[in-house]
Amino acid sequence: MAQGAVKAKKDRKITWKEIKRQKTLLIISFFVTVYGIIFYYWPLTGWIMAFQNYKPAKGILGSQFVGLDKFKFLFEDATFLRVIRNTFCMGALNLLTTTIMAILFAVLLNEIRSTMAKKMVQTISYLPHFLSWIIVTGILHDALSSTGIINDLLLRANIIDQAINFFAYPKYFWPIVAFANCWKETGWNAIIYLSAITAIDPSLYEAASIDGASRLQKIRYITLPGIKPTIMILLLMNIGNVLNAGFEVQYILGNGLVKSVSDTIDIYVLKWGISQNDFSLGTAAGIFKSVVSIALIVICNYLAKRAGEERLF
Amino acid sequence: MQKTKKRIKSSMGSKIFTVFNSLFMIAFVVITLYPVLNTVAMSFNDGIDAVRGGIYLWPRKFAIKNYQTVLAMENLITGAKITVARTVIGTVSSLVVNALLAYVVSRKRFMFKSQLSLFWVITMYVNGGLIPVFMLYKNLGLTGTFWVYVVPGMISAWNMLVMRTYMLGLPDSLEESAQLDGAGYMTIFIKIISPLCKPVYATVVLFVAVGQWNSWFDAMLYNRMKTEYTTLQYELMKLLSSVMQQSGSAASASERGSAAAAITPLTIRAAATVVTMLPIICLYPFLQRYFVTGLTIGGVKE
Repeated sequence: MAQGAVKAKKDRKITWKEIKRQKTLLIISFFVTVYGIIFYYWPLTGWIMAFQNYKPAKGILGSQFVGLDKFKFLFEDATFLRVIRNTFCMGALNLLTTTIMAILFAVLLNEIRSTMAKKMVQTISYLPHFLSWIIVTGILHDALSSTGIINDLLLRANIIDQAINFFAYPKYFWPIVAFANCWKETGWNAIIYLSAITAIDPSLYEAASIDGASRLQKIRYITLPGIKPTIMILLLMNIGNVLNAGFEVQYILGNGLVKSVSDTIDIYVLKWGISQNDFSLGTAAGIFKSVVSIALIVICNYLAKRAGEERLF
Repeated sequence: MQKTKKRIKSSMGSKIFTVFNSLFMIAFVVITLYPVLNTVAMSFNDGIDAVRGGIYLWPRKFAIKNYQTVLAMENLITGAKITVARTVIGTVSSLVVNALLAYVVSRKRFMFKSQLSLFWVITMYVNGGLIPVFMLYKNLGLTGTFWVYVVPGMISAWNMLVMRTYMLGLPDSLEESAQLDGAGYMTIFIKIISPLCKPVYATVVLFVAVGQWNSWFDAMLYNRMKTEYTTLQYELMKLLSSVMQQSGSAASASERGSAAAAITPLTIRAAATVVTMLPIICLYPFLQRYFVTGLTIGGVKE
């Protein structure tokens, strides 16, 4: 143990000999770091714009500082508050439904005995993940249109007597987005759960069988507890992304009639920043999103630590 | 006696479970496949006829005109060329750079390995946001060029970490013995590490290629005015929005039987969709084992 520590320390010592030896590695590191600074870290300096009344003609150095005015404007803007609600609610709803669907699918797929059927269902289940959101929303639009399959089935079953225009009512929008996410990602997200299930010790199931446990009981008492750490880790990782989960579907499917529930922070940024050319306001909204996302990750990590569960760092 | 009863009861329960489970899986498969197959059927159906609805899995009035129209659309052809180019160039460059970076940070002797890893892990959580990034690309002269599709996303921390995890799993002795033979770091990377990393390379290639193939937002944001750099997905998106604008008035248009509605964007869009998803649908079943390993490595990273 102590010897290992000494050795590690020796390795970390930077000598000319080591630098010469690791020349290739250092050169590569230099280039990727320059790249990283330009493309990932440099844009952070643009955050200054959020505290300025940025005018493209004057640049970041010449623009007037306005302190927190832009943030004040944001939080007094009813539209922005609604946009936060939409982003958060849709993100949370998506996370919840996709997680539940993926676990359900993984657990049930694992119960299928025939290897061929299992393989076939799984292959089909991946398909939507590889389609772009453009294709998925297009397909969804067809299915929900007045002549689409959903209206067709509802009419045939006499549940409704006139086709519903699903995209015209705010109340349908969030469920549609959640469904789209489930449709696209269930099979894909299930991959990790399935591999976690295969890692469960088979002797547990054998012992349970001898004790006369039913299949549902085995799922309840062995499978689900067995994949609980995986579920926790993935939830943690994805909670930080809750505010990111709202752009493409909303942007494509959103229209004037459902704007009040479909606009998300990203769409707000796009509208103010790119279309209206108010870079300062767009940046401020973007900063708000980044800060909340990081706060969410840190808080969830802390809560998980306190509860003695798995955590990210 | 009681024991047999119990066993029968449990096997009954098991059977009921099997039935429900099978029904669930069948429903799942139908819900997944139906919309895709419906789009294929639509793409082979006559335009006016399709507006009436009622097309399920088979075209009612067969026509290949939609495909002829699609393949004659100049912007779609340009989009297809650009999409293929960005997929190939973007994937190759991304693989090379990510692999090199992963190789560097997975060398146990490397003096900055943890700092460099942290530098990239941070980029997964903190980013400048849309507006500063937009301005950067503009200042660098990337907007309005093809390179905006390739250069900015070249290194992805997630893909790098997946490869790093895989490389860390390879035995150290490989590197040591090669070094004893006088091989430099570059030789070891090309001759020893890379051949062993083929599975994880395939995974990353798959992820990057699918991302490139499917992206449209960058085309809309950075190259909106440059029709020569349009992409397939962006063209598809334009078709989709025109369908959505028309869907309200389409029914009345077909009643009037106007010549303009001879081929509605509905079926055209279906044909374009089929063309766009065909390569992916044909390829992904064969790449399954790669993305399954990739995700599993990614899931346990760190």
